[in-house]
Amino acid sequence: MAGSAHEKVEKNVGLLIALVLVAVSFGGLAEIVPLLWDDDTTQPVKGLKPYTALELEGRDVYIREGCHVCHTQMVRPLRAETERYGPYSVAGEDVWEFPFLWGSKRTGPDLARVGGRYSDEWHRDHLYAPRDLVPESNMPAYPWLRYRTVNWRHTERKLNAMRMLGVPYSEEDIQAQLQRVAEDWAEKTEEDALVAYLQQLGTVMTGRSAP
Amino acid sequence: MSNFWSGYIIVLVLLNLLGCAVLLFWNSRMSAEEAKRRTTGHVFDGIEELNEPLPRWWLWLFVGTLIFSAAYLALYPGMGKYAGLLGWTSQGQWEEEVAFVERQTAPLFAEYAKVPVEELYQYPEVREVGARLYMQNCAMCHGSDARGARGYPSLMDGSWQWGGTPEAIKHTITKGRDANMPALAAALGEEGTTDMAWYVASLSKPELAEREDVAERIERAAPLFAMCTACHGADGTGNTTFGGPDLTDGKWVYGGRIADIEQTLRQGRMGKMPAHESILSAERIHVLTAYIYGLRSDDE
Repeated sequence: MAGSAHEKVEKNVGLLIALVLVAVSFGGLAEIVPLLWDDDTTQPVKGLKPYTALELEGRDVYIREGCHVCHTQMVRPLRAETERYGPYSVAGEDVWEFPFLWGSKRTGPDLARVGGRYSDEWHRDHLYAPRDLVPESNMPAYPWLRYRTVNWRHTERKLNAMRMLGVPYSEEDIQAQLQRVAEDWAEKTEEDALVAYLQQLGTVMTGRSAP
Repeated sequence: MSNFWSGYIIVLVLLNLLGCAVLLFWNSRMSAEEAKRRTTGHVFDGIEELNEPLPRWWLWLFVGTLIFSAAYLALYPGMGKYAGLLGWTSQGQWEEEVAFVERQTAPLFAEYAKVPVEELYQYPEVREVGARLYMQNCAMCHGSDARGARGYPSLMDGSWQWGGTPEAIKHTITKGRDANMPALAAALGEEGTTDMAWYVASLSKPELAEREDVAERIERAAPLFAMCTACHGADGTGNTTFGGPDLTDGKWVYGGRIADIEQTLRQGRMGKMPAHESILSAERIHVLTAYIYGLRSDDE
């Protein structure tokens, strides 16, 4: 082997670690770091709206029940997918997603464009007993969502946390959301919240609203 | 992508490739003395550790990957803003795929669009295409057998809330429908609701009026049916303009047991058919209409 330099690296663990780190950091430095400043990945798509408190709580139900384990939220730029689901996903849709829910396995269909596709009633019936509507479905039923009211105890902190992460809620927005919670949403069930969350998915790209 | 980040990526990529090349050739060189010795100088229990140069075939494979990466970076995007000689993008590939299929299917759908639904539904290939469109867009509510579910009308029973003509079916798919059965609990009261449920049931089962236990209820509710006639018609046969279902045909969207009818009367029903004009092209809706129109014709 060439000279003593190589030997020096091999016999000095600290130096070896440092050089290995340099070598493996190239990929991340070239592929990830620029995205943190790129407009395509940091600017919201036109018309994107931050979640209402109800949608945000619905999203947490979605996470808690593990919906993302079987449902992706990522339409890839492939014809078969855009034919089935709608416009392919772009990074600007997810700039206020903490954490993003792209998922990685499709046991059920992709949900990135599900908003406005079915009625609220359909979602309720389907969450309560999927096989009442789709006998072939292997989705578990989530009947308890209908009988649990949303726990609003942490909503203010959640909204503030989102704001800290960069979701553009103003102080007034947060107060307005909390007022709606107090006035209109206090009795909402987890099913209501989840349906509200599902019905807005992808509407910024499809232009649909809940039927 | 800004020029700065583009340059930054190019520099990193080149540095990376250069680094690989330098490491490779540095490692494959051997001083004359090392080559002569052929060992690292390590001896364990009389066993010497050989220090052979990298196998040539392996070395050339490595050189091959360097050449491959240079060619790849010339043809495809990778060097910052440089688009590559082929101008490939994932977006462009998607557009090509879509255009390719469109070129193949557009003439077919254009042909179908000229044929009226009453005739089109008999084309075997239209039934195949229609069945796929149906499974993709309609089966979630109306069922894969098109026989519906509670709250989601069957498309096979010949009962059409919004009309069964090709025009009506096409309008339903394209624009969607909003049904609105108001809650009548307050207007009817608890007893009145049960009375009315029996009356509504008797519209499709006239023999109920002969039953002693309910005849009185049916008689009591009959004059109150006036509040239903705007949507369900004076004789209860429905009104496709307002989506008031026919109550005399024994086909039920929300169930026909007395308890079901009571519930419908008490809390109202808000059936919603979503609009599909943003999801399916007019030509595809035409084919789907023919398929659904054909389902009914099969059943009759």
